[in-house]
Amino acid sequence: MPRHVVATLRELPPGGRKRVAVDGRDIVLFNVGGEVFALADRCPHQGGRLSEGRLVGLVEAAEPGRYTWSRGGEIVRCPWHGWEFDLRTGRSRCEPSRLRTRAYDVSIEPADPGPVETFAVTVEARRIVVDVPGR
Amino acid sequence: MNVTVRPLATTPAASRLSVIDCDIHPARSTPDALAPYLEQRWQDLAATFGTPRRLGYQEGVAYPKGQPNAARRDAWPPEGGPPGSSLPFMQAQHLEPNGVAFGILNPLGATGQGFRNLDLAAAYARAVNDWQIAEWVGRDARLRASVVVSYEDPPAAVAEIERRAGDRAFAQVLLLTRTAEPLGQRRYWPIYEAAAAAGLPVGIHAFGYGGWPMTAGGWPSYYIEEMTGHAACAQTQLISLLLEGVFARIPALRVVMIEAGFAWAPALLWRLDRHWARMRAETPHLTRPPSHYARESVWWTTQPMEEPERHRHLLDVINWLGWDRLLFATDYPHWDFDDPAAVLPSGGTDAERRALFHDNAAALYGLA
Repeated sequence: MPRHVVATLRELPPGGRKRVAVDGRDIVLFNVGGEVFALADRCPHQGGRLSEGRLVGLVEAAEPGRYTWSRGGEIVRCPWHGWEFDLRTGRSRCEPSRLRTRAYDVSIEPADPGPVETFAVTVEARRIVVDVPGR
Repeated sequence: MNVTVRPLATTPAASRLSVIDCDIHPARSTPDALAPYLEQRWQDLAATFGTPRRLGYQEGVAYPKGQPNAARRDAWPPEGGPPGSSLPFMQAQHLEPNGVAFGILNPLGATGQGFRNLDLAAAYARAVNDWQIAEWVGRDARLRASVVVSYEDPPAAVAEIERRAGDRAFAQVLLLTRTAEPLGQRRYWPIYEAAAAAGLPVGIHAFGYGGWPMTAGGWPSYYIEEMTGHAACAQTQLISLLLEGVFARIPALRVVMIEAGFAWAPALLWRLDRHWARMRAETPHLTRPPSHYARESVWWTTQPMEEPERHRHLLDVINWLGWDRLLFATDYPHWDFDDPAAVLPSGGTDAERRALFHDNAAALYGLA
C-alpha cells in the first residue's frame, strides 16, 4: 500500500487537526492526545467536511437515566447533520455497517534527516505517514 | 512512495443542477443591525423592555440546537457575525456552488412574529421586510424576500401585505407553525385574502411562538422531539386550513408548508378523506374531499427530507403526493441543510426531478 508523508508532528500538535490531499483524496488528520488519526474528509451522508466537525466523546446508556461517557475526543461529529464517526474505524455510531467513512492507517516515523544534517532531530519534527491504497 | 502535502481548494464541487432554494435564512450581523429600519420609539422600547413572546422561554426554546446557533459548523462567516449574516459568504458557500438560480429568504428569530406587544410586532415585521430588501434582495438578484407579518394581529398583517403588494422583491407571505390558534380559524382569514389578492403564496415555516407546548402531549424533554414534532405541528395547521374551509372560501390562496417534511402528507390526506366521507355533514362547506383542495392549493418544501433505508420508499411517497407538489429547499445555513447534489435518491424522470428542484417553484413564485 503506498505510503505518504502528510505532515510533521510540529504541524499537528495534540488537539490539532489538518486537512491534506493525498493522490487526489481529501483526508483529515486529528491528533488526539498524541495519537494521530486519519479519515476521508467527507461525510458519506451528504458530503459535509469532517475536518470542520467537533470532536466529542462516546455517550452510551445501558438504560434510560444511566449514562456513560468514554473515549473523549475520539468521535468526530459531522458539521452538518451531526452524524458521529469513530476516529479509529471510520464507522458511524448509528449505522456502522452502512454509513462509514474511510479510516486510514497512520504511523509516526522519525524525521527525515534530509540531505544535510542542519537541524537537531526533535520529537516535533517526526513525520506522520498515512497508508493510502493506490487507485 | 511520494510526498504530497498541499492545501486543499476551498470551493466545494459545483453541483450540476440549477435549483430554486425555497428556504434560506438570512441573519442579522449584529443585534442592532435592524436599527436603521426600526423607528427610534421601537428601538428604545425593545432596549428597555425587551420583546416578550408568546412563550415561557423569553428568547425562544433552548439553544444550541445540535450545533451552535442550529447552524452548519462550516457556515460561520470569516468576517464574523452569525451564520447566514454575510451575503458574500452565502454567495460563495451556497448560492454559487449549489447552483441556486433563485432563493427565498425566510427570516426567523426576533422578527416580530409571536411578539405579545402587537404594535412592536408590526414595527419589527415592517423593519425586517425593509432590511431584507436593503441588505439582501437589493444586493443579489437571485434572492426574494418573504413578507414577514405579525399574524396575531391580522389587521396589521393585512396592512403590511398591502404595503408590499406588487413589489416583485417579495415572493410570499411568511407565517410560522406555532400560533395562538389553529391557522384555519376565521380571525386569520383576512391575511389569506390579502395574500391571494396580492398574488402571493403563504409560506408556513416550522417554528414560532404560540404560547402552547410544542407537542400536543405537552412540553417535551429533548430537542429531537422538537425536530420531529415540526411535522406534527405542521399537520395540525394544514388540517385546520383544510377543514375550516379556507381553500373553499379563497380558491386563489396558495400555501407552502416549509421545513416540516412531506412524507406524512399522503397518509394525512388519506385519513382526512376517509373521515370526511363519514362526517361530511359537520363541514358542509367542503364540497369535495379535503385532499382535492390540498392537491390544488398546497405545496411542501423538501427539507428536511425523510431518508428511509430503502430509497424507493421515498420515491413511492413522492409519487403518492405528486412531483408537482414539492419545492426543493436547503434551509441554509442551518445544520439540517440538504445538499441538492446528494439528498434526492435517483428515480423519477428528468422532467419530474427538474420540477422538484426548479420548475414548481418558478411557476408558484413567478420566478424567471
